[in-house]
Amino acid sequence: MSTFSTQLTPELHNMSRSIAECAKAAGLDFYDTIFELVDHKELNAIAAYHGFPSRYPHWRWGMSFDRLAKTYRFGLSAIYELVVNTDPSYAYLMRANPLVLQKTVMAHVYGHVDFFKNNYWFSRTNRKMLDQAAHHAGVVRKFIDRYGQEEVEGFIDICLCIDNLIDIHAPFKVTPKHDHYTKEPNVQGPSKLQAKKYMDNYVNPKAFLEAQQESLKKQRDTQESFPASPQRDILAFLGQHAPLKDWQKRILGIIRDEAYYFAPQAQTKIINEGWASYWHSKIMTELHPLCDSEIIDFCDLHSGVVAEQGDQINPYRLGIELLRHVKKRWDEGKYGLDYISIDDPKKRKERIRFTGQGEAKLFEIRKWHNDVTFVDEFLDEDFCHEHKFLIYRYNPRNQKRVIFSRDFSKIKKKLLDQITNLGQPIIEIVDANYKNRGELLLCHKDTGRDLKETHIEGTLKALHKLWTRPVHITTHVNSEAKKCSFDGQSYDTVKL
Amino acid sequence: MFVNMDADHSRFKKIIRGRVKSDLKGYITRGNLVTRLHQGGGRKQRVSIPLPSIELPRFAYGQPGENGSGTEEVGQGKGNVGDELKVAPGEGDKPGQGGKPSDKESEKVLEDAITLEELAELLGEELELPRIEDKGNKASLHKQRKSYSGIASQGPDSLKHFKRTYRTALKRSLASGIYDPLKPPVVIPIREDQRYRSFHVQEQPVSQAAIIYMMDVSGSMGEEQKELVRLSGFWLDTWLTSQYKDLERRFIIHDATAKVVDEKVFYRTKESGGTLISSAYRKAVEVIDKEFPADEWNIYLFHFSDGDNWSGNDTEECLHLLESVLLPAANLFGYGQTESRYGSGQFYGELNRRFGSEEKVIIRNMTHRDDIIDTLKAFLGTGR
Repeated sequence: MSTFSTQLTPELHNMSRSIAECAKAAGLDFYDTIFELVDHKELNAIAAYHGFPSRYPHWRWGMSFDRLAKTYRFGLSAIYELVVNTDPSYAYLMRANPLVLQKTVMAHVYGHVDFFKNNYWFSRTNRKMLDQAAHHAGVVRKFIDRYGQEEVEGFIDICLCIDNLIDIHAPFKVTPKHDHYTKEPNVQGPSKLQAKKYMDNYVNPKAFLEAQQESLKKQRDTQESFPASPQRDILAFLGQHAPLKDWQKRILGIIRDEAYYFAPQAQTKIINEGWASYWHSKIMTELHPLCDSEIIDFCDLHSGVVAEQGDQINPYRLGIELLRHVKKRWDEGKYGLDYISIDDPKKRKERIRFTGQGEAKLFEIRKWHNDVTFVDEFLDEDFCHEHKFLIYRYNPRNQKRVIFSRDFSKIKKKLLDQITNLGQPIIEIVDANYKNRGELLLCHKDTGRDLKETHIEGTLKALHKLWTRPVHITTHVNSEAKKCSFDGQSYDTVKL
Repeated sequence: MFVNMDADHSRFKKIIRGRVKSDLKGYITRGNLVTRLHQGGGRKQRVSIPLPSIELPRFAYGQPGENGSGTEEVGQGKGNVGDELKVAPGEGDKPGQGGKPSDKESEKVLEDAITLEELAELLGEELELPRIEDKGNKASLHKQRKSYSGIASQGPDSLKHFKRTYRTALKRSLASGIYDPLKPPVVIPIREDQRYRSFHVQEQPVSQAAIIYMMDVSGSMGEEQKELVRLSGFWLDTWLTSQYKDLERRFIIHDATAKVVDEKVFYRTKESGGTLISSAYRKAVEVIDKEFPADEWNIYLFHFSDGDNWSGNDTEECLHLLESVLLPAANLFGYGQTESRYGSGQFYGELNRRFGSEEKVIIRNMTHRDDIIDTLKAFLGTGR
C-alpha cells in the first residue's frame, strides 16, 4: 500500500490540464481522465491485473506480476503507461519517470481515451468495468469461502483454457428471439390422403409413403441438429448447455464477460497505438511545444517506442506510420478511382492535388476501423515497400531468420492472417449431439495455420471437464485433416 | 490507490514450487530472462535468470519455429531475399509472449545492467535463502578499519568540516560580542575555529570464508555435466560472495589423482581415466591444513561427481576422511551427483547411508538444468 497520496503534484496536474485543453482544441473528444501517480511496484501490480486494482483472486495475476517485476528489476523493460477503458478513464503514471516522459504519456493517454470513446468496436464495452471487475472479485471470493480455493481456482483454470473461444462480433449481432415451442416437431408419419380402404394402396402408394417418411426424417434430423447453426461463442454455449452447477455457470459467465471486455483492445492494437502515438507526437511537437531542453529526451523516447523490431511487427510503428501514410494520401488528394487505377508507382507519387482532407480522414478511420479493416484497406504496395516489410523464415536449429520474400500480396495476406480473429484460431461448435450420443464436436477452420499440437490434448481435457461427455475437434496438421478426441479416459487422433 | 498482489503472487510461487495444485505441474515452463551483469571496469557478462511460468493449454497457433506450425512470419527491415534478418539487440532472447494481450502498456528496453550484489539479493529472494548465521567463534581474525567519526582541531584542508568550523566561529563571535544581529551576518573563522574530521581506528572482527570446489573430471563426465557444475558454481559463488566480505576459492579436479588448479582450468579440463574420489578429499584436507585453519575460516566444500568411484575400498576411505577431518572443519559439505553415462553412481547411496541424517551434508542428484535451482536451494537453504 502506498504511503504517498496518489494525487498528482500541482505541476503534473496543471500539465495534464493544459495538455487536455490542447488535445480538445485539436478535435480529440475523450472521457474525463484521472491520472494516478504510483510507484513501479504498484504499476506492475495494476498492469498484471490488466489495469484494474481489484480482480478476482487467481495465480495468473501473480504470474504476470512476477514477470513484470523481474523484467523491471533486471533492467530489461519498464512500463510507461497504463490506461483503462472506463468512464471516467483511469491512467497510471509512474512516479519515478522524468517530466518529459510524463507529458508524453499524458498526451498518449488522451489519444487512447479518445479512441476508446469514439471507436465503434469499443461501443459495446462496459464503461463501468472498474466496478464490474470489483464485483466479479467479490462474487468469486464468496464462492471460494463456500466451496474452497482449490475447487474454485481449479474451475477458473479450466475456463481460462477456453477463454479465447469467443465470437468477437457477438456484441454487434442482433439475435432473433428463439421460441422453442412454436415449431412442434412432426412426430407422426406422413399425412395420407383420404381414401376408402380398398383404394388406399392406390391413392397412397407404399413407395411414395416411404419416400415421404424418409424426407421427413431428414427434415427432423436437421431440425434437431443442435446447435442449429455452428456456434462461435463457445463460452456462451457451454454456459447455457453444459451440465454445470450454478456457481460454475456464474464463473464461466464472469470469464466470458471479461474476455469480451478485453477483446476490442486486442482487436485494435495497431490502430489504437498508432492513433495515440500520432497524437502524442503531434501534441508534443506542434501543439504543446516542449522546451529546448526536453526535445532531445522526447525524440529519444519516441524513437524507442516506434522502433523497428525486425522479427516482429511493432504495433506502435505500423499504426503511426500507416496513419501518417493515409494522412499524406488524403492531404494530397491521392484517392478515388482515377488515382487507384494508376499502375506506375512513379506516376502515383507525382500525382498531387492538394485537398487537405488528411486529418478528417484520420478521424473517420478512428471512428470505424479495427486492425483488420484498417490494414486491409490502407496498407498498399507503396507503403509496404517504403517500410521494408518482408516475410522471413525462422530456423530453430541455428536460430537464424532468413528473408524469404518481399512480395506485397503475400506479406499483406500473412499480416492479415496474423491479426484476424485477434490472432486466435477460428473454432466453432458444430454438433453438440455428435453421434447422437451427446458428444461435443468442434471444428477448427482451416486458414493455413496449424494449432499448437502439444496443447490440443490439454484443452480437450478442459472441455471434457465442462461438457462431461466425450469431446472432439476436427483440425489439420500439415494440411492433413485430423480429428482429435478425448473421451474422459484416453486421447486419440484419427486421420480423416 | 490500493493494490494487493501479495496473495496472488505467493499463490503463483507456491504452485511453481510444487507445494499446491500438482495438476498444473505439466504446464510449468522454465524460460530464461537474459540480462547483463556488471563485472567492474565496464565489462558486462550475460546472465540468465530463470523465469518460470505456467502455460495453460489452449487452442492457439504455435510460435514460429515450433513443430507443426508455420515458420514464416512477417518482419520489417533491410536486406535482400536470402539475407539474414537483423534483429534489434536484446529482442532475440525474448521469452514467449504471455497469453492475452493485456491493456495498453508501452515497454522499453532499459540499458542498465545489474550488479552482482543485486543479483545475489534477487537470488536470495527468489529461493527464499536464509542469511548465513554468524559463527562467533570463527571470528578470531580482526581487521583494522578507519572510521571518520571524530572531530579534531587540526588536520588537512581536505578534511575540513565546514559546518562545525562555522559553528565554532559563530560561537566565538557571539561570545566576544563581535556579532551584531542587526547587521548582515558576517562570520569569519580564524585559525582556532577550524575543525577537521578525524578518524578512529577500529578493530573489526572479520568472518572469512573459503569455498573448495571439487570436480570429477574422469572420462565419464561429459560436457553437459560440466555445464551443470559451472552454472551451479556461478550461483554458489554469487550467493556466498554476498554473504562474506572475504571469500577465497580453491578448485580441485580429480580423476584417479587430484590437483589444485585455477578457475579457468577447473571448468575447461577434459581428462580421462578412472575415478578415485579419496584423492580429491585428501587434497582438500591438505589445502585446509595449509591455508584455512578451521577455527578461523568458514569452509564450504562442494563436490560434483558422477559417483562412479572405482573401488569400494576407496569409497570407505572417502567416508572416513569426511567423518574424521572434513566434516568437523567445514560449515557445509554439498555433494551434487550428475547422471552417470556408464556406471552406477553408487557413491550417492554410500554417502546417503552414512551421512544422510547429518545436517552439514547435503546430497543431491542433478540430471537436468532444471535441477540447478533445487540443488542451490538445498545447498544454501540451511543458512549454515
